[in-house]
Amino acid sequence: MLNRDEDILQAAENWQKAGHGVALATVVETWGSAPRPAGSSLVINDDGTFLGSVSGGCVEGAVVTEALDVIASGKPKMLEFGVADETAWNVGLSCGGTIRVFVEKVGQS
Amino acid sequence: MKLETLTQVNAERAARRPVVVVTDVANGDQRLVKAKDIATDPLSAELSKQLRMGKSGMVESGGKKLFLNVYAPTARLVIVGAVHISQALAPLVRSLDYDVTVVDPRTAFASPERFPDVPLIAEWPDVALPPLNIDHYTAFVALTHDPKIDDPALLHAFERDCFYIGALGSRKTHAKRAERLKAQGASDADIARIHAPIGLSIGAVSPSEIAVAIMAEITAELRLPKETAKVQAA
Repeated sequence: MLNRDEDILQAAENWQKAGHGVALATVVETWGSAPRPAGSSLVINDDGTFLGSVSGGCVEGAVVTEALDVIASGKPKMLEFGVADETAWNVGLSCGGTIRVFVEKVGQS
Repeated sequence: MKLETLTQVNAERAARRPVVVVTDVANGDQRLVKAKDIATDPLSAELSKQLRMGKSGMVESGGKKLFLNVYAPTARLVIVGAVHISQALAPLVRSLDYDVTVVDPRTAFASPERFPDVPLIAEWPDVALPPLNIDHYTAFVALTHDPKIDDPALLHAFERDCFYIGALGSRKTHAKRAERLKAQGASDADIARIHAPIGLSIGAVSPSEIAVAIMAEITAELRLPKETAKVQAA
């Protein structure tokens, strides 16, 4: 199964060692009916290639965009997704839950 | 995450040893706690609870919000006996995200027709079991009813610290089995680790119901604190 955490983290390590900028996005908190539990992760490299998921596919696009910023800045970021505001419809969770996603660069000192 | 931390997490995972990454989400500060260091860690209680549940989550400590990311090895079930119960048990245990392997030297039983898509080893336990590297995150059940197969399999399981060991058979059958195993060097403590009759007492009759009873008992052993698990099994 490709989306097991070990494969995702192995990809993170491999990409980093191959010289890519890499970020790791991890679900750290969920409220309501969130699609994936805390600990679910998505790894992104500077090509925009990603593996794994933090939701059922609802917010991955937005997480990848933010992750590219994190790769560039090296500063970790906390993202929150839900259906609380109108703009959230663009990248919100159709299930009505809320998730908080921590995005960090791999290889930061 | 530092590359060094990531490399260590991957190495621990490859070795099937649990590990927890503690992240201060306010500033990204991170540290890694290996399973052997949990008992002496300041967050010992929280770490062992999350690990037992196999769940990652946020905790508050010393005014900090810390995310505990738990990497527990995938649980495995080794089934000795390609019998009717095993045919129901293998798909059930897979739906619970365990890896599963079925061992039975009798090729008429261990056939791909009877176990589509299930890893099968049609060898005697002394050949089949050692390469499986059975460990603490493995549950082990002996279901053949045949002492020639079940007994050596159970002796192997005793050596490997499986979190669950179960064997099919009535109390009477089990008493005889205990005598045989002791004659082959098993201790009273080893015998006490065998769940027999196997499965939670839910009045299971059909092979599928017995499979449910077995998985319920394995789940209790995996998830409940040790004292509670014993009370439930009693």
